[in-house]
Amino acid sequence: MSKHLNLTLHVWRQKNATCDGKFVEYPAENISPDMSFLEMLDIVNEGLIRKGEDPITFDHDCREGICGTCSMVINGRPHGPKERTTTCQLHMRSFKDGESITLEPWRAEAFPVLKDLMVDRGALDRIIAAGGFVSVPTGSAQDANALPIPKENAELAMDAAACIGCGACVAACPNASAMLFLSAKVSQLSLLPQGQPERYTRVRDMVAQMDAEEFGTCTNHGECEIACPKGIKMENIARMNRDFIKASLTYRPAVAGGGGAG
Amino acid sequence: MELNSRIPDGLNSRIPDGPIENKWEKHKFDLKLVNPANKRKYKVLVVGSGLAGGAAAASMAELGYEVECFCYQDSPRRAHSIAAQGGINAAKNYHNDGDSVRRLFYDTVKGGDFRAREANVHRLAEVSNNIIDQCVAQGVPFAREYGGLLDNRSFGGAQVSRTFYARGQTGQQLLLGAYQALERQIGLGAVKMFPRHEMLELIVVDGVAKGIVTRNMVTGAVESHVADAVCLATGGYGNVFYLSTNAKGCNGTAIWRAYKKGAAFANPCFTQIHPTCIPVTGDHQSKLTLMSESLRNDGRIWVPKRKEDCGKPASQIPEEDRDYYLERKYPSYGNLAPRDISSRAAKQACDEGRGIGATGRGVYLDFEASIKRLGQNKIEERYGNLFEMYERITDENPYKTPMRIYPASHYTMGGLWVDYNLMSTIPGLFVLGEANFSDHGANRLGASALMQGLADGYFVIPYTIGGYLASIKPGSRIKVDDPVVKATEQSVSGQINRLFSIQGKQTPDYFHRELGKVMWEYSGMGRTEAGLKKALELIPQIREEFWHNLRLPGAGEEVNQALETAGRVADFLEIGELLCLDALNRRESCGAHFREEWQTGDGEALRDDENFCHVAAWEYKGDGNAPVRHTEALSFESLHLATRNYK
Repeated sequence: MSKHLNLTLHVWRQKNATCDGKFVEYPAENISPDMSFLEMLDIVNEGLIRKGEDPITFDHDCREGICGTCSMVINGRPHGPKERTTTCQLHMRSFKDGESITLEPWRAEAFPVLKDLMVDRGALDRIIAAGGFVSVPTGSAQDANALPIPKENAELAMDAAACIGCGACVAACPNASAMLFLSAKVSQLSLLPQGQPERYTRVRDMVAQMDAEEFGTCTNHGECEIACPKGIKMENIARMNRDFIKASLTYRPAVAGGGGAG
Repeated sequence: MELNSRIPDGLNSRIPDGPIENKWEKHKFDLKLVNPANKRKYKVLVVGSGLAGGAAAASMAELGYEVECFCYQDSPRRAHSIAAQGGINAAKNYHNDGDSVRRLFYDTVKGGDFRAREANVHRLAEVSNNIIDQCVAQGVPFAREYGGLLDNRSFGGAQVSRTFYARGQTGQQLLLGAYQALERQIGLGAVKMFPRHEMLELIVVDGVAKGIVTRNMVTGAVESHVADAVCLATGGYGNVFYLSTNAKGCNGTAIWRAYKKGAAFANPCFTQIHPTCIPVTGDHQSKLTLMSESLRNDGRIWVPKRKEDCGKPASQIPEEDRDYYLERKYPSYGNLAPRDISSRAAKQACDEGRGIGATGRGVYLDFEASIKRLGQNKIEERYGNLFEMYERITDENPYKTPMRIYPASHYTMGGLWVDYNLMSTIPGLFVLGEANFSDHGANRLGASALMQGLADGYFVIPYTIGGYLASIKPGSRIKVDDPVVKATEQSVSGQINRLFSIQGKQTPDYFHRELGKVMWEYSGMGRTEAGLKKALELIPQIREEFWHNLRLPGAGEEVNQALETAGRVADFLEIGELLCLDALNRRESCGAHFREEWQTGDGEALRDDENFCHVAAWEYKGDGNAPVRHTEALSFESLHLATRNYK
């Protein structure tokens, strides 16, 4: 268990969004199996800094699997080999001594590479800004228990709400579709009474934004569900598609409201 | 340079008159209003996008102010509030178990060991119920009972069930609620968001906060942003210990720069060590992971009674040889004793040689009895994601063997001093959430951080900022090419160049780890005069080495994570010193601040109310000069100063 590992990393290096990138090989030596994957990279990077070389840039923050910042493709799989595990929660005991590990950024048209393994995921925020909310200004809420919600619906909504917005679903999808991400938010709010008034405008607006961001379409490969570190299910996509079809069939352009009294 | 004192003797907390129950209502009425048509003429900067910052930015934009919001993360949804697990307190009394605003107020003041400001805490308890209403309306999927109503659980330091939760991801769900409200305002054009921007300086013109200088973390551009008011909601400085439950990026830079521009820093020594974290495994460790306090509802904490048993597997230690030390010492609160008390008790057990695990720095958190009583399914429903996380990190199954836990740096009660309006000693600079000092005293109770962050952001600052802005002429903002703005910008570029010019041999993380070792050893769970004096010798030495032997790769005009870390470590090397100085000067034990010289016969914190019933607020006097310690007396009009007793 305590035997230390020696590994070879093949890392995507790219100076910035406009430069071409390439793979560069680095040794990772004397790695404890108890280390997290990012701690292994910390050690490689400290070595690079001491040698006067440019360390490998990668996004990370909470290192406990909840902020959704870490994002890299490890040996062809977003977040690496372990199911339902973000890169920061992956530990080196999942690797064998002497192994070669390939590290790449999320690859998607909508996620431009900023440097090395770091990409710009602003498109996901813009999808939320297009409609992924309940319009309830601060101070306008009624008592929290005034509206009972069946436990089952609350649990299903929570399952969908567990999405951490990391973008692994997009990176895993051969079409680079953001349907799993989008459907998780649509589902959560569609399952709750608070989400009903904007249910159909929400799904239309969010899908329109997804299309504008150059994400691909969903062709039911199911790679997203396998890659998702939080176990978000494809049934959310089905739920979203039902809402989207209904929204499209019943769509009426907004009409200007009449002037109020006074 | 010597600065003239901007802080008057006897800090004015601006607590409204009248009985405590009426202060906030009265104050809201007394605050001046900004007329709706004028609101859009005022610009407010919000630094940080966590519960406090995100809620504040969204709420102020809803009111009509022009808002710009900044965060170092790539998205506002990633602020570290997201990692809070257990829950959020509110005085709803849905369970008819005797809760009330007054009881939440009392528990919070008592939990903070009578070192918080009474009026602020009462306001917090009052608005706690509005927070739950607001979050539910946003679609936050709180846990519910079969009848469809909201469920509650218990947390440390309380004898009622008042904690609302969303599995073990309450912080995530509350933050996403605030984030979605914020994104809505971004989509409407009411908030301009600046992700991957780090605040590196505060712009102060004639003693008034007028903007900030940021570094764009993608292009490296150093840019100024001017406004009518600035709100810092940048979290705590717990990473001063290097290893902590904070995110790697959490830092004290924004509040430290504000301190060096004249904002008083209050109670920096009030730092919380959380009792239930996964123990350290080796030198490579980069952070520590919390196991939610909610686990203490169903988990029992123990160590072997005898040292000799420590090497044995837990299953081979019979019931009669186990010491459930919290249940033994604190029978009425048991495993739900407050955090400071639970942490010290764990340290004590390990100091006695009864710690478990390879390093001997660990205690068991055991679910065997609860699994027998409730079944594994029930435990899985309550804590499934926490158990999974534990197994991922340790490779041990907590349904079969007890968890191993140990205390770790988690939260900082200290922060920038603010008055009742959340304004610092620099007019126009407001401080929200963990970044301020006001509500938790010397120890924060579980599930109260989320409450305070959202209270400040949703229900306090939207009112109090108006009272300030109403005193400023609309449209009188300084220009971005003002000489003071330009000079501030140049000082930031100068600091960045200085870091690059050192060209030494060591990495930024090396210095951070060295600082962390000193902080944990001498200013962690137990503090002594000799230890603190030692730390005050060692920290300047590390700082000296940092400024002579730091090595930075690359350049400033690109993505450069080593540069980001170096800037934060440079500030931590100063924050750590002030923390120790404050701890040395507070010659009493209270809450999480445990001076070993001041303890009762059975090892409890011994307060000195006669000499230390006050807030210590430090004023910066220039590099190389000793900071000045100001005080704000704490008076307890509504509650009686009492010795905490959880036995």
